[in-house]
Amino acid sequence: MIQVSNLTKRYGGRTAVDDISFTVAPGEIVGLLGPNGAGKSTTMRVLSGFMPATSGTVRVAGLDVFHDSDEVRRRIGYMPENNPLYPEMRVREYLKFRARLKGLGWKNSRARVDAVMEQCALTDASGRVIGQLSKGYKQRVGLADALVHEPELIILDEPTIGLDPQQIRSVRALIKSLADKHTVLISTHILPEVEMMCSRVLIMLGGKVLASDTPENLQRRMAGGSQIIAEIAAPESALRAVWENLPEVASFNLTAADGHYFRCALTPRAGLDLRPVIFGIARENDWQLRELTRSRHSLEDIYMQVTKPTTEEVE
Amino acid sequence: MKIFWALFRKELAAFFFSLTGYVIIAAITLLTGFSFVVLVQNLGTDPSPMPVTEMFYRTYFFWLIVLLATPVITMRLFALEKASGTFETLMTTQVGDTQVVAAKFSAALFFYLFAWLPLLGCLFIVRHFTHQNAALDAGTMGGMFLGIFLTGGLFLSLGCFASSLTKSQMAAAMISFVLGVSLFALGFLAEAIPASARWSAQVISYFGLFEQMHDFARGVVDTRAVIFYASATFLFLFLTLRVVESRRWK
Repeated sequence: MIQVSNLTKRYGGRTAVDDISFTVAPGEIVGLLGPNGAGKSTTMRVLSGFMPATSGTVRVAGLDVFHDSDEVRRRIGYMPENNPLYPEMRVREYLKFRARLKGLGWKNSRARVDAVMEQCALTDASGRVIGQLSKGYKQRVGLADALVHEPELIILDEPTIGLDPQQIRSVRALIKSLADKHTVLISTHILPEVEMMCSRVLIMLGGKVLASDTPENLQRRMAGGSQIIAEIAAPESALRAVWENLPEVASFNLTAADGHYFRCALTPRAGLDLRPVIFGIARENDWQLRELTRSRHSLEDIYMQVTKPTTEEVE
Repeated sequence: MKIFWALFRKELAAFFFSLTGYVIIAAITLLTGFSFVVLVQNLGTDPSPMPVTEMFYRTYFFWLIVLLATPVITMRLFALEKASGTFETLMTTQVGDTQVVAAKFSAALFFYLFAWLPLLGCLFIVRHFTHQNAALDAGTMGGMFLGIFLTGGLFLSLGCFASSLTKSQMAAAMISFVLGVSLFALGFLAEAIPASARWSAQVISYFGLFEQMHDFARGVVDTRAVIFYASATFLFLFLTLRVVESRRWK
């Protein structure tokens, strides 16, 4: 659906996007993740045909976004950063206006506006002035606008920013429901969001794509460093002896917990799951085991690790 | 064309659904009213062969209205869209740059002409009470409104250009006011320089907006003036279009 190759965008003497390449297959929900200023919005602006690339090519549905701009724009529903709307217009009026701008006929635009208002749960607000709507409603108006001409590709720049948890939930559910019919590219700097919604994550930083994979794979890649935490009631010396003699354990750390319990933080050798082994040992020795967990690296850790150098630079 | 009308309607509605729109209409009506008072006083004192429209024009409120109202009408057009970000949503639909410029300019011109309608009322009142059809025939009235249309077009296109340059409505209004006043002042320069065969004097004479409009108010339509106004309007609209397009090559 999207093919970006060697895209570079410079403006104002700054390189906002630096030679990035990625592809998005039809039906994917891809999240562009990165701190502010990473080049997410710029990438999206180029994709939407608002600005041309300095170099490199961007194709949407096989069409060049600069040369076949009209055709590409027909296939894209784009919601820019901060979801700009006309505050003086009414919801239905705005959506109809937008439908007309997107080349829909009079009759067709009416039908589509009704459909998207239904889809985005806006029907009860159709006569209200946009400027007086709550942020959650406004965001849904923006989404409805992006959907009104039935685009193949939907590009949403930070769709959940500034919403309260309830509103975020409803907007996320809405975006997720788009997956079967549309390809979706969203940008965000909120991690749980990509974990929940996206089938693939692109981590951007300083105008480059640092990683691109499914959220699960990214976590797996980091799994080597994950630790097993076990709380066992046993003599300290016995525990030490056991962990030292266990070949699967690379290193360990014991701390006394309340009562007879000791908290063992065990680092396994690459990729091994120690949990069954630990349970086996506890049962053999008749030790009480009250906790056994694997601390999984969340996307947050991955993100922090990947984006670390610049945060330090900035500070 | 469908898209043009959708845009035109939206822009026009924005004038009529905003307070600014009514403030502009009220201000123009007030100034027209002042000039009407002066006009009636003049009519009462000395009999004159001048058409009423010319007498109205000579009250000098005309240029005050043009110079003050046009920057305020146009300041919003592009600057607000750029500031609020709607420019991005607008330009990523099927609209062409030309359509956007044309629709915004046309809506501003339409609104401007609408705001001038009270003048028509004033003129009819004069006609009704003086019982003199000769003082106000269709020709002079047509000339007057053609003049209003053409000067409006020129100053509004200038305002469009100013608005496209910046994100700030205030800055847009100031730029177009300064440009407008300079253009107007150039007209006085034209009068100050004695007519001669020198090309510079001839060129400047085309900028005699004050005198040209005077002709229109008398019901004299000079094609040179019409062409001057129309081409200057197109020049500024073309410049606006280039600025709108500039995001593609900047």
